[in-house]
Amino acid sequence: MILGWMASKSSTAERPRAAAEPAVLAAICAAAWLVPGAGHLWLGRRQKGIVFLIALPVMFMIGLWLDGRIFPFDFSEPLVGLAAVADLGIGLPWFLARMTESGAGVVTAATYEYGNTFLIVSGLLNFLVILDAFDIAMGRK
Amino acid sequence: MTDHFVLMALFAFFVSLVFAVLMRDDVRAQVRLGAMMFGAFMVAALALGWFMLPFPL
Repeated sequence: MILGWMASKSSTAERPRAAAEPAVLAAICAAAWLVPGAGHLWLGRRQKGIVFLIALPVMFMIGLWLDGRIFPFDFSEPLVGLAAVADLGIGLPWFLARMTESGAGVVTAATYEYGNTFLIVSGLLNFLVILDAFDIAMGRK
Repeated sequence: MTDHFVLMALFAFFVSLVFAVLMRDDVRAQVRLGAMMFGAFMVAALALGWFMLPFPL
């Protein structure tokens, strides 16, 4: 009986099933990464999607405005490399900033560290938003 | 716009907003959690700043 209970606990029948196909899940995550909030909008969570769509790019823009730096992918300096990954988390705004050559950072500016904090945290928050969209698509929320 | 207090409040506002919307589905619950988180951010920052005052850098 115990063995039967253990088998049923570990069987795939008890695991939450994905509400979407793997390709659709990947597309939702990619959309959520590229455009903050797009994953939630796709899944019909309009209020959440609009808040993320506005709040996260605005945070990123404030970071640029405060003379923050978009860090390069230099993994010889681990913290610089990790900050670069965090910056990239915001998606499309990161590419736009790189194309317009903003985000060079002014180390002497009083707001430099504040700018970095806004840039890094906006990217990290978008990673959480992507995970939330994934959970919704999987039918967990 | 280099007022550190305003920048800290702005940062606390955005982080509280995103976390509240992520963690709650109901708008009223989102507002309540966001306000609590924002208040906690501000009180903690002011308290830590005050405690660090005697320490020289």
